[in-house]
Amino acid sequence: MASPAVIDVNGLAALIAALQQEGYRVIGPIQRDGAIIYDEISQLNDLPFGWGDEQEAGMYRVRRREDNAVFGYAVGPHSWKRFLHPSPVVLWRARRRGNEWMIEEPVEDSPRLAFLGVRSCDLHAIGVLDRVLHHGSYIDPIYAERRESAFVIVVQCAHFTPRTCFCASMGTGPKATQGFDLALTELVEPDAHRFVVEVGSARGAAILQQIPHRPAEPTDVTAAEHAIAQTAASMGRQLQTAGLPAALLANLEHPHWDKIAQRCLACGNCTMVCPTCFCFSVEDRHDLTGTVTERVRRLDVCFTTSFTYTAGKPLRQSIRSRYRQWLTHKLATWVEQFGTFGCVGCGRCITWCPVGIDLTIEAAAITGREQTTEGVV
Amino acid sequence: MVKPAIATPAATNPFFPLPFLVISRRRETRDTVTLRLRPLSDVRLIAQPGQFMMLSVYGVGEVPISVSGLPRRPGELEHTIRAVGSVTRHLVALHPGDQIGVRGPFGTSWPLQLAHGQDVLLVAGGLGFAPLRSALLAILRERWRYRQVIVLYGARSPADLLYRRDLSRWLQRPDLVLRITVDHPDQYWRGQVGVVPNLIRQVTAFFEPANTVAMICGPEIMMRFTIRELQKHGIPDERIFLSLERNMQCAIGLCGHCQLGPFFLCKDGPVLPYSRLAPFSEIREF
Repeated sequence: MASPAVIDVNGLAALIAALQQEGYRVIGPIQRDGAIIYDEISQLNDLPFGWGDEQEAGMYRVRRREDNAVFGYAVGPHSWKRFLHPSPVVLWRARRRGNEWMIEEPVEDSPRLAFLGVRSCDLHAIGVLDRVLHHGSYIDPIYAERRESAFVIVVQCAHFTPRTCFCASMGTGPKATQGFDLALTELVEPDAHRFVVEVGSARGAAILQQIPHRPAEPTDVTAAEHAIAQTAASMGRQLQTAGLPAALLANLEHPHWDKIAQRCLACGNCTMVCPTCFCFSVEDRHDLTGTVTERVRRLDVCFTTSFTYTAGKPLRQSIRSRYRQWLTHKLATWVEQFGTFGCVGCGRCITWCPVGIDLTIEAAAITGREQTTEGVV
Repeated sequence: MVKPAIATPAATNPFFPLPFLVISRRRETRDTVTLRLRPLSDVRLIAQPGQFMMLSVYGVGEVPISVSGLPRRPGELEHTIRAVGSVTRHLVALHPGDQIGVRGPFGTSWPLQLAHGQDVLLVAGGLGFAPLRSALLAILRERWRYRQVIVLYGARSPADLLYRRDLSRWLQRPDLVLRITVDHPDQYWRGQVGVVPNLIRQVTAFFEPANTVAMICGPEIMMRFTIRELQKHGIPDERIFLSLERNMQCAIGLCGHCQLGPFFLCKDGPVLPYSRLAPFSEIREF
């Protein structure tokens, strides 16, 4: 691929414009309602200049930064799942004429999306969703269509202190090395606010050609590497993954599950913010005349009792069993199903848990590996 | 006569049901019927015994239902349905001439090939007889391929017995060992009373444990005790096959509801050997 380039803030504006010119809807970070979320951006100023965040288990606040960094925040409550695996979706519509039903595919122009600001953990999360929804024996056509056309711009993690995330443990970051069209590393020097751009695809190279840029100097590249290395060195949490699936499955009746269940509210926040949680439910809804009916799917949460409703009653009645299902799926059975963990270490489930349940601590407790600030021993 | 609704793009979209017509409805019990379905399009959905289809009632929803019979004509389907929830209540109320949507077939099938040249033991409890009936019909169609064929069937009460015409025919067959039991007899019942697993010790003379393939379907507790009994008589775990039921909404391993440990029961099941399920079988609510 092409050697690294450098763009400035105007170049970033030009990048957004070039993508829009190519027919992409550009989705990027926005500071809204007290969080950094992802939504369609129309121009440079939509981006969260000067905003950072503060995160801990059960705690999230946006904070003004002292500098004017655009991407100076850790991941917020949204992930790209929101756009690749949207919810709700109408699967089909049927119309009745007399005794006969006519089924129609809903006419929907599937948008071409450009994702600006994909973190390495989230890039790996897309890779996980690829395995689940795109590379198996059955392909989800809705995901496939959006995924295949998506333009991915990574932003490497720099200029913030990761608190609840642990991508280094999961081997999913903080530096993304492949699987993107372009990757930016922000450098926030007072007189030289700029972005080192790595090109990951021909499509990425073509877009770069359309915007003002200069070749990266060795000093640019070194500064970028240094910024990412600082993030890697300051990981807030760790998870020992070696042997973890077998250790969890050997402890399905561990008393610690009961302890977690005493705290867990079964609210499902962890599944909703998780970038890989893919489960959905399907329901039919019809109009008042009974002549038009739609089959709709929406993302579902394995913490509800209805999730396992079978032959008249829910199968997982206790919160203990539902939390155990979620955690063992993420960190154990997922590996057997899809050849990868269902966790990318983004830390969202820790931050957004209203009672601050921390899966790195819980997994360590259940498998009898002690968790310390020095890591797992 | 209803014409094919449309050329359905099912090949490209796995969520599209194909239009089928109900061509017959046989009442089995108070709350259970067997429907025969004929495709309204040219697409033939060929299901193996043990596999299931997703049946749609437009405007109500979709449920997984095992095939309970063999097609009398190519492309036909037979399903036995008990009214349990809103979709099954609507399915049970369908009549010949009604249109329904069908997706499938999905999942694994009964190990009939493996059972060739072997003794075959089918153990059914309640509605669990439905998926086993299709296996039994396939076995009887090629009866010469198998050694002893033993069927054990338990129902709650005589009024809950499915397939009564089949049962009386099968009871006459010299090449089939059929034992029936009920939990709660009525005043006319002259047969056995008790739970299905208890029947196993009555038929041990008919099968050679090392050369037997067992297929079980029924309520969880019935399957648990049946497995124990079969193990006691020396049938290895990898020759004991179960058909399991869980909430299924997509049937293609994407919706996540039917998971049991590492398995998506819709595609890795519903039929699995006990040897693969054993690690999780004693874990409650797993």
